[in-house]
Parts: sequence; structure tokens; C-alpha cells
Amino acid sequence: MLNVALPKGRLGEKVYAMFEKAGFPCPSIKENNRKLIFENEQAGVRYFWVKPSDVAIYVERGAADIGVAGKDILLEYKPDVYELLDLNLGKCRMAVAAKAGFRDDNRRTLRVATKFSNIAANHYLSKGRDIDIIHLNGSIEIAPILGLSDVIVDIVETGTTLKENNLEVIETIVPISARLISNKASLKFKSEQIENLRRELMKGMEKDD
Amino acid sequence: MDINNLSLGFDERLIFALRGLYENNGYRQYRMSKFEEYDLYARNKDFLISDSIITFTDMDGRLLALKPDVTLSIVKNLNDDGCHKVYYNENVYRVTKGNRSFKEIMQTGLECFGLVDEYSLCEVITLAAQSLRLISPDSVLDVSNLDLISGILERLPLSASQKAEFLRLVGEKNTHELYALLDSCGTEKEKAECIIEVVSTYGSAETVIPKIEMLLLGIADTTPLSNLGKIIAALDSDIKKMIKIDFSVVDNTKYYNGIVFKGFVPSVPTAVLSGGQYSRLMTRMGRSCDAVGFAVYHDTLERLYDEQSEFDSEVLLIYKNCPLPLLCETVADLKAKYGSVCAMQQEPENTKYRRVFLLDGDQLKELKKDA
Repeated sequence: MLNVALPKGRLGEKVYAMFEKAGFPCPSIKENNRKLIFENEQAGVRYFWVKPSDVAIYVERGAADIGVAGKDILLEYKPDVYELLDLNLGKCRMAVAAKAGFRDDNRRTLRVATKFSNIAANHYLSKGRDIDIIHLNGSIEIAPILGLSDVIVDIVETGTTLKENNLEVIETIVPISARLISNKASLKFKSEQIENLRRELMKGMEKDD
Repeated sequence: MDINNLSLGFDERLIFALRGLYENNGYRQYRMSKFEEYDLYARNKDFLISDSIITFTDMDGRLLALKPDVTLSIVKNLNDDGCHKVYYNENVYRVTKGNRSFKEIMQTGLECFGLVDEYSLCEVITLAAQSLRLISPDSVLDVSNLDLISGILERLPLSASQKAEFLRLVGEKNTHELYALLDSCGTEKEKAECIIEVVSTYGSAETVIPKIEMLLLGIADTTPLSNLGKIIAALDSDIKKMIKIDFSVVDNTKYYNGIVFKGFVPSVPTAVLSGGQYSRLMTRMGRSCDAVGFAVYHDTLERLYDEQSEFDSEVLLIYKNCPLPLLCETVADLKAKYGSVCAMQQEPENTKYRRVFLLDGDQLKELKKDA
């Protein structure tokens, strides 16, 4: 039985659709209830919904053999897992944004508001730029507007939220998308099932292209 | 001293079994102090699993550390560059991933110093595999040769940071980002595909080596692969069955070279054993001999310690108003009959016993029995 951690929400539903198409269906998952664990013994798969930012923890600790997590989570928390496939879903980017017209005054410590402290720290370390990280848990966009920070490091999809708040992207750090990850030990003991799933997912993606 | 085997937990039995295994193969136990000079770790922080170290100032003003690692101490203290085969069973102190505090972690391992030849490598890999088998008969030992990966890297036009990135991606089996990296440095598509197929291959030596030999032509020297194959071919068939070639076993090439390996057991999500050749560490520490070794991390095995006994003790004897000689005699009798006895003046909370007796004055009666 392959244990699969799926991220709750729109992305998770798209991911499940890919798995179903790849030959790993679990019809009960579509029922309208509050269950969190769904099993299809015939297909040899057990799915469970978890908070997106927790998928990597379930996989790293072996509660799930495989899972789907955003590259932002993988870069931020660096779980000790294998990254087997880029699913090309949930595509967006990690970017630096600021108030329109912002100019970085290199003489001062740059104040950076973000949910992704490690990504921000590594990005500015690579540039040798001194920063003060302000860790926030949500609504990061208002930080520069209220003068809490000079810039923000956050995920940007269409950029609409930024635009509506008179912010603009000043730099893209890295592209983000959903990735198939696997527990390292699981890949030793369930390698055939996991490789088979990966292959079928790739075939499905090639057909869509 | 009569040790009752049944009262030893899995972890304790494993420690004794590992000691027996290593001693039967000519390794002598090496004991060391709990403390080491902090400077040793500060100079070799990359070698450590975690760079958080507990330090304190000794009475003479030296800055000492509670050992976060054993190998560095052994290398420092066995400094005659002669041949040594030692094993250890020591506690180390470090912060494990996901925790915000230090833990005391039991580690058992062995080190082989001197001229590390093919036999030494066979022996150490065999002992690693046998150590795993003591934990579970279904264990797997993933083996790689870092010289093969280094050979591939030498022929690619990658900067130092790109080479570090390549190693990281190989360690993650991240083939899609490897493609992107090789593409960005102008590697031809066919060559990139060969490289990725080599580094992402996984399987037994019989199936993997012939396949990779063909792929390596024009990409890297095949000598490291042949060396790896020769060593695996010389192993006992029972051990060979446990071995898988996996180039995602990547260690810090500042310290490690040649053969590296990691061991996995079912039901444990991370590697429980890790080791390899670390002649580069020896060179960095000014030594002229080679070295190979491995460690078993007991903290990863906690979930395997399954002997959660149903009862805290076989018998609870509650006593009151009874003469001391009678009480002592009753405890001895119950022990002889039932095994373990806990004598208390009242039943403690949150405990469970198979039988409960009451000794009131000189009257002994059984109050309850769990079948």
C-alpha cells in the first residue's frame, strides 16, 4: 500500500486528478464528507489530505511514502526527501516586491517582510546584502505599505494582489511549482510502486503537452 | 552476575550484539572522554551532522564541548598514523533535525585506520551489512563511489557552486533540475541524458554495473565503477543480496572520497547507518593514513523498540501492618513464583499489574488477577 499525502485545497484536487488519470483512482475521495483518509486496496494506494505546508513533514518522517509539495516549502524547510518530478502544477514564482518606484538604498539595512525567512535569508546572503528579516504569517503585502518593511519576499502568481496594493515585483528569486517528493527509505522498500507511479504521471504529463 | 535476557530491551540487546560482531572481527573497543576541545569541531564544522554544539569553560579556562561526534575525536587521539581497528559505543550530543533542543544520542560504530585496501573495504561493508541485519533481516545497504561522481564533474564546465548544486541534486534524485543545470552549462542533450541515467540508477550490482559501464564511455573514467564492482563481487552472497548501488548516497567531498554507504531498515524513515572512506578528513587533519568507518544511530531505531510490556510488573504487593521479616519473606516467595514484584503501601496511579496481593498483618490474599 502506497501512502500519499495530498495538499488540501485547489492544488490538491488538481494533483489527485493527475494521480487518478495515471491509474491510481480512489473514488471515495470525491465524496462530500470530512474524512481525511481514503483507501483503494485494489489500486494499492491510500490518500490523505494534509495542510500544504505539512506534506513534506509527513513524507520526511515516513507517515507518507510520497506526497506533493510546493517548491517554496521544499526550499524553505529543506526536508530530507527525494524530489522525483516537477508536476508543472501551481506554477508561480518567489519574488521580491516593493512599493512602486522603490529604490534600494544600499547604505541601510534592508527590512524584508516574509513568510519565507530561509529563502529570503539565502537570497540576500548570495548577494552579500545586509537585511533585517521580519517574519510574518500572512497578508505580507501590507508590510511595505504601512512602513513595516522596505520589501517583501512572497509568492506571486498573476501579480494582481500586488498591483491592487500599488506594489510591484522588483526581482524574481526562483520559479515555483508542485513537486512529487518521496521518503528516502520508502524508495528503497517500495521502489517498484513509486517508480511505476512516477512513470505513469510523466506519461500523463507528456500526453497533456 | 546472571543477566536475565528477557529484561534487556531491544536497544540494549542490539548494543551487545554489535559489540560481539565487531570484537569477533578483531576490532577493539575505544573509550573516550565525554568532552573534547571545542576547537576540533570549530575547524571541521562541515563534517558534523549538526553545527550546534554544547560548550562550557573548564576549570583551567579551556573551551570544551560535549561531543557532537565520535570520529573526529578518534582521528585526533589515535594520531600515530599506524593501523588501528577500533569500535565504539558512545553518547553524542546534538540537535536533531526538527527539534529545537539538544539530545543525548547513542551511537555505535567502527573506524579502520592505516592502509585501507580492498580487503578493508570488503570487511567494513560486510560489518555494516551485518550490523543492519541485526536490526532487521530485510535491511538494505546503499553503496556508492564518490570518485565516480567526481570524475563526471571534472569533465563538466561547472563553477564550484554549480558543482555543489550538482551534488545536491544527485542526492535528491532531482533529475528534472539536473537537466536544467546541465542544459544551462551547455551540455549536449544526449550526454546530459547519459549522465542523469548514471547518477539516478538504482539496483543490485549485477544489473547496474554493466548498464552504467556502457553509459560512462565518454563521460567519465570507469575505474571507480570497476573498483566498486570488484569489492561487491568479493562479498558473501548473503551480504550481496542486501547491497544496492545508489549514487544518491552523496557525502561532503571535502572529507569523504571513494566508497560511501547508507543503511536502511523497513519501518524507519531515515538512514540508520552511514559511513564511508574519509581519507580527505585525515589529510585535512595532517595525517598520512587512510580511513574508513561507519556509525549506527540508535535514536533512529526508537520506534523499533516494540517491547511495550502490558504490565509494569507481574505482581503488586500492597502491604500494611505487617512485621518486616514476614514482608521480606513474602516478597521473596512471590518473586520466586511470578518473577517481578513491586511492593508498595498503596497502588500507584496509572500502573498495571497482572496480579495484586494484599499482605495485611500476617494475612496474604490475592485481590485481582489479569489473565
